[in-house]
Amino acid sequence: MARMIGAEMFFHTLIDQGVEVIFGLPGGYVLKVYDVMPKYSKSIKHVLSRHEQGATHMADGYARASGRPGVVLCTSGPAATNTVTGIATAQMDSSPVVVFTGQVPTPYLGSDAFQEADHIGITRPCTKHNYLVRKTADLPRAMKEAFHIASTGRPGPVLVDMPKDVLIGEDEFVIPEEVNIRGYKPSTKGHPGQVKRAMEMILSAKRPIIFGGGGLIWSNASEELKEFARRLQIPVTLTLMGLGAYPANDPLFISMLGMHGSYGANMAVHESDLIISIGARFDDRATGGNFAKFAPNAKIIHVDIDPSTIDKNIRVHCPIVGDARLILRQLIELIPAEIKADRREWFGRIAQWAKEHPLTYRQEGDKIKTPFVIDALSKITKGEAIIVSDVGQHQMWVAQFYKFTRPRTHITSGGLGTMGFGFPAAMGAKFARPDELVVSVAGDGSFQMNMQELATAVENRMDLKIIVLNNRHHGMVRQWQTMFFNKNYSASYFEVLPDFVKLAESFGAKGIKVTRPDKLEATLKEGLYTEGVVLMEVVVDHEEMVYPMIAPGGAMNEMILEDTETKITVESVDMA
Amino acid sequence: MRHTISILVDNEPGVLARIAGLFSARGFNIESLCVAETLDPTTSRITLVTSGDDWIIDQIIKRFNNMINVIKVQDLTELTHVEREMLLVRMEATTETRAEILRTADIFRARVVDVGPKSYTLELTGDKEKITAFLELLRPMGIKEIARTGSVALAREIQNYAKIGDKK
Repeated sequence: MARMIGAEMFFHTLIDQGVEVIFGLPGGYVLKVYDVMPKYSKSIKHVLSRHEQGATHMADGYARASGRPGVVLCTSGPAATNTVTGIATAQMDSSPVVVFTGQVPTPYLGSDAFQEADHIGITRPCTKHNYLVRKTADLPRAMKEAFHIASTGRPGPVLVDMPKDVLIGEDEFVIPEEVNIRGYKPSTKGHPGQVKRAMEMILSAKRPIIFGGGGLIWSNASEELKEFARRLQIPVTLTLMGLGAYPANDPLFISMLGMHGSYGANMAVHESDLIISIGARFDDRATGGNFAKFAPNAKIIHVDIDPSTIDKNIRVHCPIVGDARLILRQLIELIPAEIKADRREWFGRIAQWAKEHPLTYRQEGDKIKTPFVIDALSKITKGEAIIVSDVGQHQMWVAQFYKFTRPRTHITSGGLGTMGFGFPAAMGAKFARPDELVVSVAGDGSFQMNMQELATAVENRMDLKIIVLNNRHHGMVRQWQTMFFNKNYSASYFEVLPDFVKLAESFGAKGIKVTRPDKLEATLKEGLYTEGVVLMEVVVDHEEMVYPMIAPGGAMNEMILEDTETKITVESVDMA
Repeated sequence: MRHTISILVDNEPGVLARIAGLFSARGFNIESLCVAETLDPTTSRITLVTSGDDWIIDQIIKRFNNMINVIKVQDLTELTHVEREMLLVRMEATTETRAEILRTADIFRARVVDVGPKSYTLELTGDKEKITAFLELLRPMGIKEIARTGSVALAREIQNYAKIGDKK
């Protein structure tokens, strides 16, 4: 066993865990780590972000695109607090991000030392777990446990706080062979009795529907889902986080459900007699938030790795706790050779709903409509690019109009709804999958929240495409003000915006701009297929609204389908 | 409904904050909480009393089970169990009340643990109802201050006695 200092143990353990890239920013109490870093630069690439929030979103994007933990390294105090938004984002969407923070030396803990903050206390509610390492010898074990906890069960962020004396102290480097945490034994396979019961319910259902979520993607269950849905001939709808888990061009796919889901998907959920939910948690954006009126005639099978999601919002009839992929395997094994289900009527109704109110938009006049941009992007890239959206109207249009064909190609902050996530997350995704076309699709509001990372992108000579959909507004805020606040457009308009083309150029990136619909396709093609960091500013109509919409607190069959002057009355907006 | 929950946890700094944080984040209230090391010095037992409907209690228990530092969770309310708490109460002792305080203490099998020129301090162990009844009797005689531990509880070894009559 070799003797070494904590900072060296840090890198040896990262290498042991198969880490290839870390995102970070140096500072006082982690300087020893940065001091030894060049020795390990052949094994581990460090990406120098311009803000720790950016680094955390990069690590998150890396994790979502690859399925492997994303790693952040930064110092204490303000650096650590800057990561908090990124950590909470990862927590809400179950993304395995491991954050390493420097900390004041252990004798000074709690003394209000320079750049001291209680990282453990601050991140306790938004991490899956966190560690304060008190002795150099404990560092490798804490790190190995952190990676294990982050990437198993329901994945999530873990923070490891490393005081300076731990990093400069010397000890024997011993990394435990196995991780054994007595309070942490996530279940994997589903209970066979419950699986059997679920299959009986499926076989006797007349109007079943698969309600898939992000858990399908984290458990790599896409192939199993396809086999399961196709053999049993069950229509598939996905939540925002589930998009990509099932190909959008498949005839069984009936688009996204939820607040801005398709009419067909929401009606099908509402009218179904059996909901097979896999890796979804029935949150208010997916269900409309009116839990009492949710799918009144449906029995519900709920497959989820996290037992605390069972019965949380919706009472379910057949819970199965475990890994989505393994449980789908178990279910597939129980599918009888001959299936007598006659679903003609059910598929007929679904087709009718889709025909009555398809997801649509009208590109008319001389202003570009955002859905037209997304539609064009989907067609140009054949639904095969990795699209990283930000938060707001454009995010919903990406979900509606980009035809995702593969898992891990739709990346977005769903649960926390973090504006500013998209661009740095796209960078992380590109580091994870350098051979793929990665496009950051952002609004002007979102992009301004982390645009400093343009420097990082250019510095790393990335081949990354950015589409900034500029409507000079917080578009979704404006939409709510239009619909629910008597068009009182308070603080949703930007009087001053940067010139995005010049902004890109000032960082050494390429910037192009398009304002006319007839030039859109050519501009996108030029931007997407030019090497390097390319920012495409698309000036879009600020009055366009996202439909359908379930008003907050509504039921899934109560959708606002188009722009009408009819006053919308909402019983309660407390879920807003 | 009142629930007594027994939680076996790692005996490490910060674990209590995790448990308490779960309550504060969701706006649930902890009625009482007792923590001490078990025979195994690496684990502690937390006995926690809270109130809530079945949905809230179900959520709390599932969330506890999700915590990395939680080894085992038991809702003792579902089981036959013994539950005790301890009370220390300092009474104003005047010539008129001295005898009555001691008589009441005797009836409840409380012990006098401190005597001063103007006060008695009594110690009583029992379930919540017994402690409350004792305090109500003492109140008119002049309570100066009290300290209560909150409940500690263990499931009974034999669970069936109470349920024999229910069996079909």
